[in-house]
Amino acid sequence: MLDNGFPLATESNILKELIKPPTILRTVVNTITGSTNVGDQLPTGQLSVVPWRRTGVKYTNNEAYFDVIEEIDAIIDKSGSTITAEIQGVIDACVKLTGMPDLTLSFMNPRLLDDVSFHPCVRFKRWESERILSFIPPDGNFRLLSYHVSAQNLVAIPVYVKHNISFRDSSSLGRFEITVGPKQTMGKTIEGVTVSSQMPRGVLNMSLTPSQGTHTFDPVTKMLSWDVGKINPQKLPSLKGTMSLQAGASKPDENPTINLQFKIQQLAISGLKVNRLDMYGEKYKPFKGIKYMTKAGKFQVRT
Amino acid sequence: MSAAPAYSEDKGGSAGPGEPEYGHDPASGGIFSSDYKRHDDLKEMLDTNKDSLKLEAMKRIVAMIARGKNASDLFPAVVKNVACKNIEVKKLVYVYLVRYAEEQQDLALLSISTFQRGLKDPNQLIRASALRVLSSIRVPIIVPIMMLAIKEAASDMSPYVRKTAAHAIPKLYSLDSDQKDQLIEVIEKLLADKTTLVAGSVVMAFEEVCPERIDLIHKNYRKLCNLLIDVEEWGQVVIISMLTRYARTQFLSPTQNESLLEENPEKAFYGSEEDEAKGPGSEAAASSALPARKPYVMDPDHRLLLRNTKPLLQSRSAAVVMAVAQLYFHLAPKAEVGVIAKALVRLLRSHSEVQYVVLQNVATMSIKRRGMFEPYLKSFYIRSTDPTQIKILKLEVLTNLANETNIPTVLREFQTYIRSMDKDFVAATIQAIGRCATNIGRVRDTCLNGLVQLLSNRDELVVAESVVVIKKLLQMQPAQHGEIIKHLAKLTDNIQVPMARASILWLIGEYCEHVPRIAPDVLRKMAKSFTAEEDIVKLQVINLAAKLYLTNSKQTKLLTQYVLSLAKYDQNYDIRDRARFTRQLIVPSEQGGALSRHAKKLFLAPKPAPVLESSFKDRDHFQLGSLSHLLNAKATGYQELPDWPEEAPDPSVRNVEEEDLSLIETHVGLLGEYTKVPEWTKCSNREKRKEKEKPFYSDSEGESGPTESADSDPESESESDSKSSSESGSGESSSESDNKDQDEDGEKGRSSESEHSEEEGKKRKMKKRKKVPEGQEGGSSSDEGSDSSSSSSESEMTSETEEEQVEPASWRKKTPPSSKSAPAAKEISLLDLEDFTPPSVQPVSPPMAVSTSLAADLEGLTLTDSPLVPSLLSPVLGVGRQELLHRVAGEGLAVDYTFSRQPFSGDPHMVSVHIHFSNSSDTPIKGLHVGAPKLPAGISIQEFPEIESLAPGESATAVMGINFCDSTQAANFQLCTQTRQFYVSIQPPVGELMAPVFMSENEFKKEQGKLMGMNEITEKLTLPDTCRSDHVVVQKVTATANLGRVPCGTSDEYRFAGRTLTSGSLVLLTLDAQPAGAAQLTVNSEKMVIGTMLVKDVVQALTQ
Repeated sequence: MLDNGFPLATESNILKELIKPPTILRTVVNTITGSTNVGDQLPTGQLSVVPWRRTGVKYTNNEAYFDVIEEIDAIIDKSGSTITAEIQGVIDACVKLTGMPDLTLSFMNPRLLDDVSFHPCVRFKRWESERILSFIPPDGNFRLLSYHVSAQNLVAIPVYVKHNISFRDSSSLGRFEITVGPKQTMGKTIEGVTVSSQMPRGVLNMSLTPSQGTHTFDPVTKMLSWDVGKINPQKLPSLKGTMSLQAGASKPDENPTINLQFKIQQLAISGLKVNRLDMYGEKYKPFKGIKYMTKAGKFQVRT
Repeated sequence: MSAAPAYSEDKGGSAGPGEPEYGHDPASGGIFSSDYKRHDDLKEMLDTNKDSLKLEAMKRIVAMIARGKNASDLFPAVVKNVACKNIEVKKLVYVYLVRYAEEQQDLALLSISTFQRGLKDPNQLIRASALRVLSSIRVPIIVPIMMLAIKEAASDMSPYVRKTAAHAIPKLYSLDSDQKDQLIEVIEKLLADKTTLVAGSVVMAFEEVCPERIDLIHKNYRKLCNLLIDVEEWGQVVIISMLTRYARTQFLSPTQNESLLEENPEKAFYGSEEDEAKGPGSEAAASSALPARKPYVMDPDHRLLLRNTKPLLQSRSAAVVMAVAQLYFHLAPKAEVGVIAKALVRLLRSHSEVQYVVLQNVATMSIKRRGMFEPYLKSFYIRSTDPTQIKILKLEVLTNLANETNIPTVLREFQTYIRSMDKDFVAATIQAIGRCATNIGRVRDTCLNGLVQLLSNRDELVVAESVVVIKKLLQMQPAQHGEIIKHLAKLTDNIQVPMARASILWLIGEYCEHVPRIAPDVLRKMAKSFTAEEDIVKLQVINLAAKLYLTNSKQTKLLTQYVLSLAKYDQNYDIRDRARFTRQLIVPSEQGGALSRHAKKLFLAPKPAPVLESSFKDRDHFQLGSLSHLLNAKATGYQELPDWPEEAPDPSVRNVEEEDLSLIETHVGLLGEYTKVPEWTKCSNREKRKEKEKPFYSDSEGESGPTESADSDPESESESDSKSSSESGSGESSSESDNKDQDEDGEKGRSSESEHSEEEGKKRKMKKRKKVPEGQEGGSSSDEGSDSSSSSSESEMTSETEEEQVEPASWRKKTPPSSKSAPAAKEISLLDLEDFTPPSVQPVSPPMAVSTSLAADLEGLTLTDSPLVPSLLSPVLGVGRQELLHRVAGEGLAVDYTFSRQPFSGDPHMVSVHIHFSNSSDTPIKGLHVGAPKLPAGISIQEFPEIESLAPGESATAVMGINFCDSTQAANFQLCTQTRQFYVSIQPPVGELMAPVFMSENEFKKEQGKLMGMNEITEKLTLPDTCRSDHVVVQKVTATANLGRVPCGTSDEYRFAGRTLTSGSLVLLTLDAQPAGAAQLTVNSEKMVIGTMLVKDVVQALTQ
């Protein structure tokens, strides 16, 4: 919400108070009763000392869930060596707690976190002195913290890609072959693997056969994407075939880079572990949950 | 009426994006389609009594406005509804009003009364929104009403309304700029606001209306710095950028002396050290010997800003991080700018728009401070998925960061980029390689070879770009690269890009003596294809021809003439002109030909090699993070970032009254940094050296009152003159303080400004007050000591300790120095007052005044009573002997002290301290006296008379009085002998700060009744077996605190009463002992801090 071009309210809690986010139920109710999503109460949240939290929150099930999600940004060399790799992590929270709870979250190994940025609710001094996150959480979903594990630390790269992409000057056919395999996964399976690659302009079409999953090639945008799914270490997924090149055109100078997406559940690749979550200020016992996940961020393999 | 839902459907549908145009205006497509009846349905709906219909109509109208349709003819019908009760309708009417009021001013006036009523509404949100809409209506007639409304709202109780008032200011200003003066008044008032809600908005208004009135900020500067962390993000951005500008006008550049000091840091460092060590004479000499070097000391306010913005680097908002980064870049000393790199690199993870802006700024920063981003080199590596602009910016940064050590990795990285599909990017990479090659001599050959290899690339653009870059590189050292020039000459057959061809021709022409054989041949070829070439190539052909003609006319005369003839008839007049011009120059003609004799000089003059530099160079004269910086052009509304001033403006303008100071201090507590200020006592050289490792901003620590005031600004000078002359002459004392500063900063290579303001002094006082408890760590370790040591050991304070820190501030406020009456202490207390600034007396609230006078009345009583009471009820000595100076440290002189608990004869507010000297050395110690007390505000000392001489083995006792001002802060002073000075400090246990009072049980109960609630502190404890008897309990309590026993009816209750010495506040202590040993201790005192500490001490004494 802006006033004369100056931001007046950007906190989602206040905005939600003004206009309730649409839900299916509410849409149904609205059509029947003729009411709207516009809140009929004045947005008192703007006046609060903790503007990010509504007052008078009530839940029957008090629960607090935290997702530690880490993304690996990496550039892998042609030869498979890591050029740069860093971990960008976030802790997303879904907190549904009655009243004004005061939470503290502590880590087993907070020293890992190199550079941190907080939701305004986090008490900075406490973090500085004790490396404990102490905060009155906003209601609902929010990003508590995002952090960075620097490139100085060695990052375990969980996947490797073997590739053999070659164009020949004379013929109008090129060879294409990639294999994806697990590497340093701490015993977890790698899921949701997708491989995409922007092929050079000279490539007219590709005829490929995947050992698993499905693949598509868009001849207009020259985008190849291969949805691999899970990686089975016993039988590594591979995509093989030929590329047909524009006749007469010289071979492209560059091999395409391969972008990789994957997910590993229940693993924070940096080794970050939440130690405990405590609640003060309210009497009840909340249900607490922590989930870890590692994803590929900007994961690129140069070929 | 039943049609309403249908309309709603209609409207809902038409809002869809793909809807054809005719369906958009509900009035045209609906039931009433004829034009003359336009909006009649809406009017009808607005006239009904049903809110739902009105709402529906309003929604449609607003939807029309949003689509750019004119709905102004509905104005009267809509405005009527401004008084509607339904809030939702009201809101939409407001939206409508804001849009159309300017067009229909007369009618808009109808609605004003509603707003005026709204402004008086008890609900702050309604008041605020009424003001918001009122100020958004652009009707010049209501300017006075708006002005009035803003003024009123500016003093509203609700901060939210005040915030809205701040928002309204720029709106009114844009409507009528004549109101500026009045608006500035309102801004001034709002700037003084202490709530975080208002701060951001009012600074925004300030920036819009009167950014030049930097003087308005002075008084609020510290407050803004301290509030900053709690202001909402958008406000933070505005405040930070304003403060950046402010700091640039008010403080000295932290880097100004760096270059100077870097030259001989040794000397500066050493010199200052020496000054300290020697006596006054040498000091003066040293300071006159180094007059040119104006020592720099960072203004504490400057430091405050840097310190308070630093945590914001951790903000989730990219705008805030960027704002802090630019602040650090523009204001911080070189050594500290580095902290922003990490945060900026983090921002690179976000959206490409943010990346773009951040990279632009990083590019500018990396030119000036390369070292800052070097560790993050790899974060700037380019991914093939990055958009081209991002790639080019990253390339720029990588190029700026490249140096001798990392150039191999950077070049390897560049090699992969060259094979990219993105040709613009490849071209930029080649340019970047060229720049690396020019900047780093070591890799020039490697780069050149790499670029030459690129010449065989299939892509013409790559080749062309390489040629251009090679040309630039070759210009630097042409002699060694004849081969490359030959290679390039061969390329003329293949390369078609005009720029590249032109570059090759120019190169051959320029260095034709290196390729004497090939050059004429190239000219021959070019002459052949001359007509088909591009203009730029033709010009270079003429150039080449001319140069060859001059150097090798035998071979090329004919060719040159041929080329010139061709050019003479060219379509392009530039070429024709050039041909004519060249011909005149080189071909000797009959008439004179003065010029042609110099033709060789003209054409073959040695040309300086081009400097390849970043396009981001010198961009930093724009404030970083600003739009102007992004565009590299001044945008409208851009406020120039002023240069640092030569001389620092008077820093005392930022002084605020005592009251505000205490507020600030609470916030400082929130930030929790003052407490970690290390103990700095003026001590021996060895200790001083250690001191240098302490944080830089401990600079002003430990300066004593007298020294500061001696070199403070003119107003205070007159008062301090007498003082400083009594010390050792004003000049000397000022130079002394300088040297001290230098000394502390010496390591950082900075030097100090000679002027210290009073307010700096005040600051020091504040810091000193905070740090004092640390002083006791070594000596007596009371409970409070452990608290403060924990906060000092932790570099940052936690939220719990913050409360404790807040308290002394408020406490001090209530106790102004009151020792003016003491004749000998006058000197000191006068200075104290001065440091406090005059308003320090003001905050004495009326009830306090009463209580002090009351206390004065009662003092006569206590005076007579106290010798009696202690003798009856308490042992004479509360705390046993404490060591002031150890025999070893004192070189034979051992000093102990005890609190005698006798009223001090000179001044009833003073605690009398018995000091026992004993001389264990084998020489007599002469001239023992107190010197240069460095006292926190309010504390004063009545010195003991000088002890002429102390023979070996002899002891002596002296009595001195200290007014601790009801605080447990240490009184630091020097113990001087004729030859030596020792720094000592006396820290009173809280129990010694009071004197017993005799009162009856009833009186006690009555007084206790008055001191309930906050003033009551209760603690449960268990009494050990040894401590059950009456006698033991009473003895222990009275030993801990100088209190008088109050007779009591019940056997297991003990009551004690006393008054604090300085302010005379009552301290009542009750111990309620149960048979089993459980007990409850209650202390009632107006001085809560004293109460808390007393409870701790007593509990400790009882349970031991």
